[in-house]
Amino acid sequence: MNHALEALSQALTLVVRWDETLASIVRLSLEVSGSALFFGALLGLPLGAVLGATQFRGRGLVVALLQSLLGVPSVVVGVVVFLLLSRAGPLGFLGWLYDPAGMVVAQTLLVAPLVAAITRQVVEGARERLAEELTMMRLGFAERLFALIYDCRFSLLLALFSGFARAASEVGAVMIVGGNIEGMTRVMTTAIALETAKGDLTLALALGIVLVGIVATIHMVTSGLEALARRRAEG
Amino acid sequence: MAVLPVDVQGVSWPSEAQPVLRNLTWRIAGDGITAILGENGAGKSSLLRLVAGLIRPAVGTVTWRGATTPPAAIRWVAQQPQFLRASVATNLWFAALPLPGRWSAKRKRISAVLERVGLAERANEPALRLSGGERQRLALARAWLAQPELLLLDEPTANLDPGATAAVERLIQEMRSSGIRIVMTTHHLAQAARLSDEVVFLADGEISEQTPTRQFFAAPKSVAARRFIRSETPWWFRLPE
Repeated sequence: MNHALEALSQALTLVVRWDETLASIVRLSLEVSGSALFFGALLGLPLGAVLGATQFRGRGLVVALLQSLLGVPSVVVGVVVFLLLSRAGPLGFLGWLYDPAGMVVAQTLLVAPLVAAITRQVVEGARERLAEELTMMRLGFAERLFALIYDCRFSLLLALFSGFARAASEVGAVMIVGGNIEGMTRVMTTAIALETAKGDLTLALALGIVLVGIVATIHMVTSGLEALARRRAEG
Repeated sequence: MAVLPVDVQGVSWPSEAQPVLRNLTWRIAGDGITAILGENGAGKSSLLRLVAGLIRPAVGTVTWRGATTPPAAIRWVAQQPQFLRASVATNLWFAALPLPGRWSAKRKRISAVLERVGLAERANEPALRLSGGERQRLALARAWLAQPELLLLDEPTANLDPGATAAVERLIQEMRSSGIRIVMTTHHLAQAARLSDEVVFLADGEISEQTPTRQFFAAPKSVAARRFIRSETPWWFRLPE
């Protein structure tokens, strides 16, 4: 018990002093997860919006496939990206294995289905509510999509947050693709796993505190913005 | 593409076996306001949706000046209109998106329509915060923006208080004066008498009567219409048996 409390106290000191090692790991984590969110949203938002706004033959299958992608463990995504980026793999020429770029690719593959699935669900709800009105407004496909995304804009903020939280908290994919190399590809989650295994609970706990703090802060800001904007738009 | 005449030919819906609308034939042409009357479940709203092109007949055809796809110059306003989670003006902005013309002209048109429906001062407020009467006026503004040739109104004053009803009725009359052909469903006999030039009476999924409004109220031809009017009029104003 004393050991745990001591580790916690030292971890808090590390956070308050903003230790250089800690700071560099946090910075890289934010860069990798932020980039993954950007690219994941770039893929997931339009895909989800189109799936939510349209009805076509085979749509149910596509939606089921998308939902099942949510359950794919991050280590499996890591292995797939590893195979793609390894020297003998089809994308080996990029030299992204054990590089932050490869970690971004892996996390993008985790984020995109989640953003797409939430976007699809939200946009589909709006379509069911507004379908007849949009038809009678004679909006074309792109205009209809724009209107639906505009209607759902607040809920989509939460989809983006969920995407970031998934990227920032996963460990398997970045461990496999990044290799957890100190000063190069070590991010918060991989560092926590390593330091815990080594028995250095101080840094592991400090990183844990920062990770939870970041996710909680982003969640609060996103929820606050969403609530404020929704109040303004809906009264 | 022109809308009128709209021809509904031998239409049954939603199925031939259990139809709400039964082998119905009707032509919408000319000008003015037509009120569709009938009991609950008679098929009034379904008929309006068929004419709007929102649903397809199980049997029969609906054509708009001979075309089989509904043209752009037709608008339908729901009994409970839905809006985007956006301001009143933004809702109209989206409605103006597919309309032809420059945006400077569209902006002017949006301002003019908001003025006409009495919502200019609430342009920047959320549409979902409007009262029932204001929502209905915004829905009319959204339709009016497109200057449709045919406007279909599904119970435009259902659940509105007398003041809001009067405001909506004024707008309907203004729209009619601007040359828009209007077909509306209503439960209010007095409203049908005030607004419409012609009454179409639906009973059991069929048109049992289509006559000028005055004639309909003075001497309804069908038994079903007589019974309907009797049930809706006060005891001191009963038609003779």
